[in-house]
Amino acid sequence: GMRFLLLFSRQGRLRLQKWFTPTPEREKKKIIRDMTTMVLARKPRSCNFLHWRDLKIVYKRYASLYFCLALEDQDNELLALEILHRYVELLDKYFGNVCELDIIFNFEKAYFILDEFLMGGEIQETSKQIVNRSIEASDMLQETMEEYMSKPAF
Amino acid sequence: MPAVSKGDGMRGLAVFISDIRNCKSKEAEIKRINKELANIRSKFKGDKALDGYSKKKYVCKLLFIFLLGHDIDFGHMEAVNLLSSNKYTEKQIGYLFISVLVNSNSELIRLINNAIKNDLSSRNPTFMCLALHCIANVGSREMAEAFASEIPRILVAGDTMDSVKQSAALCLLRLYKTSPDLVLMGEWTSRVVHLLNDQHMGVVTAAISLITCLSQKNPDEFKTCVSLAVSRLSRIVSSASTDLQDYTYYFVPAPWLSCKLLRLLQCYPPPEDGAVKGRLVECLETILNKAQEPPKSKKVQHSNAKNAILFEAISLIIHYDSEPNLLVRACNQLGQFLQHRETNLRYLALESMCTLASSEFSHEAVKTHIETVINALKTERDVSVRQRAADLLYAMCDRSNAKQIVAEMLSYLETADYSIREEMVLKVAILAEKYAVDYSWYVDTILNLIRIAGDYVSEEVWYRVIQIVINRDDVQGYAAKTVFEALQAPACHENMVKVGGYILGEFGNLIAGDPRSSPLVQFNLLHSKFHLCSVPTRALLLSAYIKFINLFPETKSTIQEVLRSDSQIRNSDVELQQRAVEYLKLSSIASTDVLATVLEEMPPFPERESSILAKLKKKKGPGAVSVSELEEGKREGGELNGGSDRGADTAAMAASNASTPSPQADLLGLRSTAPVGSAAPSAGSLLVDVFSEAGPATPSAAVNDDGFLRFVCKNNGVLFENQLLQIGIKSEYRQNLGRMYLFYGNKTSVQFASFTTTVSCPGDLQSHILYMQEHFVEPLVEGGAQVQQVLNIECLTDFCDAPLLNIKFRYGGALQNLTLKLPVTINKFFQPTEMASHDFFQRWKQLSQPQQEAQKIFKANHSMDTEVLKAKLLGLGTALLDNVDPNPENYVCAGVIQTKNQQVGCLLRLEPNAQAQVLSHTHTHTHTHTHTNLYSCL
Repeated sequence: GMRFLLLFSRQGRLRLQKWFTPTPEREKKKIIRDMTTMVLARKPRSCNFLHWRDLKIVYKRYASLYFCLALEDQDNELLALEILHRYVELLDKYFGNVCELDIIFNFEKAYFILDEFLMGGEIQETSKQIVNRSIEASDMLQETMEEYMSKPAF
Repeated sequence: MPAVSKGDGMRGLAVFISDIRNCKSKEAEIKRINKELANIRSKFKGDKALDGYSKKKYVCKLLFIFLLGHDIDFGHMEAVNLLSSNKYTEKQIGYLFISVLVNSNSELIRLINNAIKNDLSSRNPTFMCLALHCIANVGSREMAEAFASEIPRILVAGDTMDSVKQSAALCLLRLYKTSPDLVLMGEWTSRVVHLLNDQHMGVVTAAISLITCLSQKNPDEFKTCVSLAVSRLSRIVSSASTDLQDYTYYFVPAPWLSCKLLRLLQCYPPPEDGAVKGRLVECLETILNKAQEPPKSKKVQHSNAKNAILFEAISLIIHYDSEPNLLVRACNQLGQFLQHRETNLRYLALESMCTLASSEFSHEAVKTHIETVINALKTERDVSVRQRAADLLYAMCDRSNAKQIVAEMLSYLETADYSIREEMVLKVAILAEKYAVDYSWYVDTILNLIRIAGDYVSEEVWYRVIQIVINRDDVQGYAAKTVFEALQAPACHENMVKVGGYILGEFGNLIAGDPRSSPLVQFNLLHSKFHLCSVPTRALLLSAYIKFINLFPETKSTIQEVLRSDSQIRNSDVELQQRAVEYLKLSSIASTDVLATVLEEMPPFPERESSILAKLKKKKGPGAVSVSELEEGKREGGELNGGSDRGADTAAMAASNASTPSPQADLLGLRSTAPVGSAAPSAGSLLVDVFSEAGPATPSAAVNDDGFLRFVCKNNGVLFENQLLQIGIKSEYRQNLGRMYLFYGNKTSVQFASFTTTVSCPGDLQSHILYMQEHFVEPLVEGGAQVQQVLNIECLTDFCDAPLLNIKFRYGGALQNLTLKLPVTINKFFQPTEMASHDFFQRWKQLSQPQQEAQKIFKANHSMDTEVLKAKLLGLGTALLDNVDPNPENYVCAGVIQTKNQQVGCLLRLEPNAQAQVLSHTHTHTHTHTHTNLYSCL
């Protein structure tokens, strides 16, 4: 299974963290630090896999964001890359040409989309159509721009 | 402003995030956050009830602040309230907050569980999925207790929606991983297996993760899944790329499900049913064939998905290890990947080939790729790929190619990345030893290692070369000559000086015939390095010098001169000073015979598994070994009580007069039982005595009290040791209280699971004699790790029996069960009392009522050496009174036993006689029991 997924920028700013097993806060901070320094130090065109402790780290850069996934020993690295890719596709479909800012300002949506796709460190649904459909279904309460602007700004 | 999100964006949240982003400094950010926290707090506390939207927005802001790395200590209640909202988006934010910021507050958990329960029974699939996600995300014990029996029902119920089934399967998997004892197998298990036949591919994909995990733990119960998995796989593999519609990923049909099916099959041996097996072999062949077909797309996603299945199929082929034809095909396929332009594929091929190399069917086929792999080691730009290449070279090494591979690894070491040097050094050392045909090659290799990467040569490595040289006469002369030459280099590594000092000290005589390496030349060469070395090395060199005096009497005056110089004999380091003083004295007063006996050549070491190998196993999972891990490794290498400095090894080298080496002399004795640092010097001989009989290896449930008696007179040391486990003790007693530290060392490289220890007091010990309180240990003890436990002991009144320590753990699959007597004896609560002769005999006479007096004659089991006896009596805890008894042969002691209820004064007299029998006589206050109990100690 997967242990955690981190999204961070080229400057090492964390944009999303998902822990699939209970992890103490202090340990999380240490892992985040280790991952960002390790991955950011990699030269371009290196391979996308690393060993770290007893885990396999699979990472890939999409535009300004690094996606970094930790796997247990038995998991398949190549498919993990495609899990990252599929997640990017889902974000892209939802936001339309997703960029880092979308994830910053709509972090809760990024979590919800992830939850439709992965659960407890395993892949839940691999069909893009089905995931998109359930994300749309959960956006039942569509609102117009007018409604949005009429909300309080504090 | 960002693009407005679809759904129900929260404007206030967007404004806040944008404010934070506009902060120019960390301080400004903190200020803005504090302002927001104050605002939210006042809203939550305010009189006006908040509407759902505002509550959602503020909870979401808190979540954002927390994810920025700030602590959040309120808002949990509001989040829990959101769980019971009817609006999906509010509920969703509530669950997100709970999942990220789970609070162990039991009051809250009950409320959360209530909300989850409502949602699970709501029959609204989206609400049910949210609740299941929350359980999986939090995964706490309380949740498992509340829902572990409910979720299987949801999973197999006929009317459950597909999406809920998927969530239920994965939620159950998570609970099973964290609390397997709470997930009970039952009628549902057989129905879960049949989910492999489900029409909905998403359900199959989710269910198979659960089934794989359950099969690993209960293979028999789930073995029907094999044939189901094979037929499912066969249908996918033979389907056209469009058949599976949206489950086709970049023209590859159901890659995730295919990989999971192949992974599930790896939990079982090859199918016995011929038809099933035939179908599976066909699948594997098809997968291998497809790899040769032209790609259906140029996209990397296509090739990744396709190759993921291929690698998983190869893993299964390697796992079965029974189809030579498939194994060789797998090897050829990986061979192609070794030269692929994709770095990722080269990396995975190297990794996969490592496992292939250990199969007898494919070992030779793997070896044909040696040149490619060596080339990868030299030319790959990425260190993690080079690391895999080094691993593969190590795995494919055998007698036929060892010299080539070791040479390549050595030359690579000169430029290797710092992060992998230590591991490379270990690997070279192991290969050199394992495949050494002539030991001169072995010695050359290790000395080269030290020369090239001295800093990374750990103690285990140089201990090992010395051990091998000592055990093999045929290489000793060569080793002496080679180290002598190596030491000629103007700047040589300190590890070289250590090996050189040790070997010349033992075998310098073998090359002394050559005037170019005469005794004095050897000595001067060693001594020229002395001042550049650290204290432990200097200590080793001093021991080498005293050995020189024995080997070469003509060097005696020169060496004595050196020892006598202020820089040695007055050295500020105690260890060095002591050695200089003692060696100087030894060399001047001992006769040649005595010297020759004391400084005799080291006896051979017992053969045993190389500890270097154990170290490498422990280091598994290399790649990016972080600094902290390296430090950890060093710590683990340290001793039970941190007391085994190199001094113990080198001292033993100088004083190896025993016919078999004592454990301290064992250079490899990573786990050797070195004396505890705090032991009194006079107890030294006792310790040796005790340690020379290391605990036997009997992991049985019978009470093992071998270690027990040794602890009557001492408080620290090794209570028990076998091949798996070492138990050390440090204890201290004051008045009627004691504290005992137990150290459990896992000597293997494998984790101990379910490690539990229980202390029990047999008979009536617990009720009115001894009170013990223990701190528990963690249930997992990693390979090579040591865990500690503290026991508090209080002596209420005197007692005879000792408490029992029961240890249970799983090693591999086997349960180990061990019961030991804990060395808590009545004499531990002795307080020594000094008194003059007159007082002593006056009291002695006062205490001469029959029940106050006891006498016993017993045979001494050990020699009656005065110093030893004295040390033992002191160890007993009493004061040893000199000049009290008119007969100087007798020993007289006095002390008070401190218990909570009373104090028992105690006088003791030992009268040894020539037949090594001892008459002992005690007088105590009041208590008759005390005599018996004390005698049992004596």
